[in-house]
Amino acid sequence: MKQFVLATIVAGALALPAAAADYKIMAPAAPGGGWDQTARSMQTALQDEKISASVQVNNVPGAGGTIGLAQFVNQANGDPAQLIVGGYVMVGAILTNASPVTLDQVTPIARLTGEFEALVVPAASDIKDMAGLVAKLKADPGAVSWGGGSAGGTDHITAGLIAKAVGVDPTKVNYIAYSGGGEALAAILGGQVTVGISGYGEFAEQIKAGTLRIIGISSDAKVEGIDAPTFKEGGVDVSIQNWRMVAAAPGISAEQKAAVLADVEKMVTSASWTKILADKGWANTYLAGDDFAAQLKKDTESTAAILKDIGLVK
Amino acid sequence: MDTFGLLAQGLLTALEPMNMLYALIGVTLGTAVGVLPGIGPALTVALLLPVTYKLDPAGSLIMFAGIYYGGMYGGSTTSILLNTPGESASIVTALEGNKMARAGRGGPALATAAIGSFVAGLIATIGLAFVAPTVVKMALSFGPAEYFALMILAFMTVSAAFGDSTLRGLTALFIGLGLGLIGIDLQTGQARLAFGIPDLLDGIEVTTLAVALFAVGEALSVAASKGGDSTIQAIKGSVWMTREDWRRSWKPWLRGTAIGFPIGAMPAGGAEIGTFLSYSVEKNLAQKPEEFGHGAIEGVAGPEAANNASAAGTLVPLLTLGLPTTATAAIMLAGFQQFGLQPGPLLFATNPQLVWGLIASLLVANLMLLVLNLPLIGVWVRLLTIPLPWLYSGILLFATLGTIGANPSTFELGMLLAFGLLGYGLRRFGYPIAPVVVGLILGPMAEQQLRRALAISQGDPMILVHSPIAIVLLLLAATAVLLPLYLRARGRGKVLAQLGANED
Repeated sequence: MKQFVLATIVAGALALPAAAADYKIMAPAAPGGGWDQTARSMQTALQDEKISASVQVNNVPGAGGTIGLAQFVNQANGDPAQLIVGGYVMVGAILTNASPVTLDQVTPIARLTGEFEALVVPAASDIKDMAGLVAKLKADPGAVSWGGGSAGGTDHITAGLIAKAVGVDPTKVNYIAYSGGGEALAAILGGQVTVGISGYGEFAEQIKAGTLRIIGISSDAKVEGIDAPTFKEGGVDVSIQNWRMVAAAPGISAEQKAAVLADVEKMVTSASWTKILADKGWANTYLAGDDFAAQLKKDTESTAAILKDIGLVK
Repeated sequence: MDTFGLLAQGLLTALEPMNMLYALIGVTLGTAVGVLPGIGPALTVALLLPVTYKLDPAGSLIMFAGIYYGGMYGGSTTSILLNTPGESASIVTALEGNKMARAGRGGPALATAAIGSFVAGLIATIGLAFVAPTVVKMALSFGPAEYFALMILAFMTVSAAFGDSTLRGLTALFIGLGLGLIGIDLQTGQARLAFGIPDLLDGIEVTTLAVALFAVGEALSVAASKGGDSTIQAIKGSVWMTREDWRRSWKPWLRGTAIGFPIGAMPAGGAEIGTFLSYSVEKNLAQKPEEFGHGAIEGVAGPEAANNASAAGTLVPLLTLGLPTTATAAIMLAGFQQFGLQPGPLLFATNPQLVWGLIASLLVANLMLLVLNLPLIGVWVRLLTIPLPWLYSGILLFATLGTIGANPSTFELGMLLAFGLLGYGLRRFGYPIAPVVVGLILGPMAEQQLRRALAISQGDPMILVHSPIAIVLLLLAATAVLLPLYLRARGRGKVLAQLGANED
């Protein structure tokens, strides 16, 4: 009965504008995607752990998060109660869309989770390992078609980095962009493209079922529970992580930033958060404050370089 | 255990009182959000996700499925009565359904939509239970070249929605194709025709365009016409379907199901394409094709069945491959994941109870929707007895609210208004509205598939005819264009032309 009451309240709440919130988190993407799920997981954890009495999530979808980011920078200035979720994809989108607003204009708080890129082929493919792929790529780069997410995203960048690392011209990479991991997965399973590249989670079930073969993972060292060599072990010096982060508004004071940092730290170390990460299969790659800011700067520079090499940014 | 045994066990799970209650909440919510333009099932499920975290997996997934089916149902009501499609999959329904409603036949139109949705939902859900693995295999054999051929077929057949003048129809289609070019190009990441406006980077939202052209344009056009010439007749005859209506509806229901289910199961299909194809099939097979464009019941029955069948079809790749093919399916996937369940080839084996419970509760939800909706038809059609100024200001209010609800930005509202003016202009000068929306939906899909196909083949156009599926689809498309020409040459064209002349 309690559950029924709960569901009825939800039904009512749908019609009402959300009440005032201690924290207001913007997910700069449509409901359902990774950033939206991150924001809503934060909402759950912050409320369950009583770190914040009420948390409100709002979605501002569009253009790799740059539309939400622009709105956030304009409207949240100086407001310590507002947060925005984002990630590595945003770094590339800001460059390819020539966004007037960049991540320099927000206050980075912490990297929360990360996912490694997996390189897969259909079970029937004649490519057995990284060396096999590299040989094909060197023989005729255009003949290897790569299926992954949208152009300029993490998947595309990884493909470009692999080509560059083995001495193949990154502009020759025959990258076929799909609107999401799901559509790309269908093309890979159907043998429409030579290799597939996307976050490991997109392929995990197919790899377990044996319909896809994983030939490499983009981590620095072997990942527990993933039976695959790293790109580096396969002889390709590339490592990349598709991370997600949380940032605060521009123009907040040092004390306000410290308070947000403390709340996020409390959340990340909580039991609720640990359970959510385990359920969703997200790796905890928590990195906070100045360390994260430095990492962000490094990622922005290397991304700008590879996007130029691929030819997406002039 | 065999499929029947598993399904029976699933039905037992679904018929538990608590689960029935979740299904009821789901279908009620789903119908409500389906009625509101802009706010779709995807957003609703997303809002509910954090709450359902505390419920048991079976119950909340059953509720999500109810919302999904309910949303498909609810969209037809506003399409038919108010000419305001709540979802892109009910755009075609508005074409004939609203004409029927204006002629006092709103009741039968709503009834054929509701019963057609039920029949389609029933058959497609049973199909989901029994042929999912086969359908998935077929769907995966569709590569970019095959999808492109399917789009060509849709383009060729959709001319059935063009109305009487091909030139005007094509003009409207090209407006839609032009609008479809706006936004970031998926293959290169470069912005096209965005003129530096960030809001245009993601292209034009289909529902915004549809609501603007249909609802706002219509309201403006009613306001502009010199008062009093109301063409709306609220109720004429029975609000129920006559024997004649039944006779004309049952075949379109079945054909719509047969078209919608496999297309819904395709990773890049989409519910709209099934409705387009169904509409043109019905127009070609109709005994009275001259009624099309003036309220043919087949044109409501077929597409409505197709859109519900494709909703069930969408669950095929979701459950068997873990592949979400619509926004709602993507969020349902997130729903699975929050309970630590990973849909994929192994889900049927590792969690049979849950999967079969879900399939069985879809059957239950489907029945609930029928029971919920049929008695309401009498109430809904009374909407049309509201005086026109009130009715249309109400429609404008809903259109605006729905647009803000889906995308809270002033720019989006500005687009709604601008496209509303465009819709008024098109009506004023006798151009059809539907092809504009069709162009916006199909254009970008066809372009992406063509470019993917050519990129994979490294520029060799022969890839477009490399498989039997692609060849068959292209031949069908050619037939759709050539057959009317041939018939015209054989003399039947005179009759067609005469009918066309009578319509004006």
